[in-house]
Amino acid sequence: MKTHRRFAQLIGMLMALMLIAAACGEGTPTELNALVWCDHTDPALLQPFEEANNVTVNVKDYDGTGVALGLVEQSEPGDWDVFVIDSVDVPRVVEAGLLAELNPDDYPWDDFFADVDLPGTHYQNDKLYAVPEKFGYNTIAFNGDNVSVDAMRDVESLWDAEYDGRIAVYDYYIPVMEQVAISLGIKPSDLTVDDLPAIEQRLMDLKPHVTVIGDVVTTQTALATGEVDIIVGGGEFVTGVLNAENPAFDWILPNQGGIRWQQAIGVFADSEKQDMATKFVQYIVSPEGQARLATSSCYWAMPANSKATLTDAEKSILRWDEQDGFVGNSHPYFIPDGDLDAAMLDVWTRFLQG
Amino acid sequence: MGMVIAYSLFRRVGGTIDTSPSLYNYRRIFNEPVFLDALQNSLEVVLITVVVSILVAYPFAYILAYRVSPRWQRPLLLLAVLPFWTSYVVRSYSWLLVLAKNGVVNGMMQTTGLTSDPVSLANTRLATVIGFVHFFTMLVSLTIYASLTQIPESYRKAARDLGASAPMTFLRVTLPLSMPGVVVGAFLTFVLAIGDFITPQILGGGQELLLPQAIMLQVQRRGDFPLAAALSVLLLLIVIAVYAVSAKRLTLEQK
Repeated sequence: MKTHRRFAQLIGMLMALMLIAAACGEGTPTELNALVWCDHTDPALLQPFEEANNVTVNVKDYDGTGVALGLVEQSEPGDWDVFVIDSVDVPRVVEAGLLAELNPDDYPWDDFFADVDLPGTHYQNDKLYAVPEKFGYNTIAFNGDNVSVDAMRDVESLWDAEYDGRIAVYDYYIPVMEQVAISLGIKPSDLTVDDLPAIEQRLMDLKPHVTVIGDVVTTQTALATGEVDIIVGGGEFVTGVLNAENPAFDWILPNQGGIRWQQAIGVFADSEKQDMATKFVQYIVSPEGQARLATSSCYWAMPANSKATLTDAEKSILRWDEQDGFVGNSHPYFIPDGDLDAAMLDVWTRFLQG
Repeated sequence: MGMVIAYSLFRRVGGTIDTSPSLYNYRRIFNEPVFLDALQNSLEVVLITVVVSILVAYPFAYILAYRVSPRWQRPLLLLAVLPFWTSYVVRSYSWLLVLAKNGVVNGMMQTTGLTSDPVSLANTRLATVIGFVHFFTMLVSLTIYASLTQIPESYRKAARDLGASAPMTFLRVTLPLSMPGVVVGAFLTFVLAIGDFITPQILGGGQELLLPQAIMLQVQRRGDFPLAAALSVLLLLIVIAVYAVSAKRLTLEQK
């Protein structure tokens, strides 16, 4: 009798343990590790995906591709699952073997805005490695209460004495110098070292009008506190989040054209959670994910997917109706080769110190 | 440290790092005015900060040590270190708001009729120095206070008994004996300020480059780690030199 009771107790304990183990196995959330720009750290973006898939998305934001690559270099293979990166940097990341090949059929290409698919960038050797997810412009942001939008449509206005001391410059030399190149009639992709003296002169002519040169937060603060009225190199990514506070904060692409930046999202080749990572990429480029990403608390910008479920007010802040013209009149970031890059940074350093 | 020194001898060529050792980066630093200007700007800003911090901190520490009853010294010391409790970044941005054209300072100046139009205070070298001084005055106050409280009261009494006036007692007894506190505070301020990137970046408005900003520019924008390492080594050598001078001064004081 005693033996039977013990046997029954043992069986009961085993069954309980099995049930607990099964419950744990079923309920334990998976974790995804994503290396991202800060707009992907917004809980409003991540939460729906996490809840729907019982997954925790751990995000680590970086502020430059060099920093991101440094983080990857210091990590073990398999540490990272998802990579959000500037589209222009996709080729070199693919060349380094960091990204996994994606299936084009998994993504809504027909819904993407024309010209943002950049096949030469996101595809390498006819294989897809990253999907466009967000884009915007390094152009002119301004306070509409103090500066007219018509004046800002002409990039030449920036050099007017009227704006003396009222300008901030976003401290990223490539887009700003390329914007200046456009003002000189030079296509960014045609830039050579020989063009730099003219660009440097143009920058130095602008310097007396400049009060602040800084990162996004610094220039945003300068605009918000009335320190400046214009941000050169700014755009919807600077003013979008400020709009609720002051609807006068606006942006425009000048008639002469501007620089278009794009972000893409891919899956790390060494990720052990390829399926879940792919699911996350699909969520990000879905209409819902795109709306949340476009209006992220870190910075706003255009969603790559034209079906993003944005409100009319949000679309207005992003100048949705002008996008066709803006995309056509903008040049994708041109990443210079090593020598030109070094020469451009030297010019920029002199501009900062000048 | 060895890694940083080794890296400073490498060279970034295109998108890769050439690991053949050379003094290329150091030649660049000393041949290109922009880097020497950054060094000069850093030294100017930091030296002004050190001097102003000492001038503000010394009277505060003196009053605290000799004019405030021991009962109140501790609460006042606590108040003195309050700025350390807030985030460095938050504090810098707070100063930006205070010094902005529509900030508190400009508001007061316009209300009192000192100026009719807003004055550019934020995004200037002055703003950087104010940010630094606000932080480091507290640090220097602590080191000077510690030094002052170590001086036996009998020394000052003896000087007064021998006929020295109050200013003379201060100049000949108190000040020399409190110099270790001044030197330690000045050294700490120098070391922490010259390597600081945040304050000049937020408050300086990017109108001029300081050495840490020049370093970050190379790292963040170009990934030129060898040049950034060489600039860091230069920064380190300056700190070592200042330490050597400070240590010598402290040794002399002890003798």
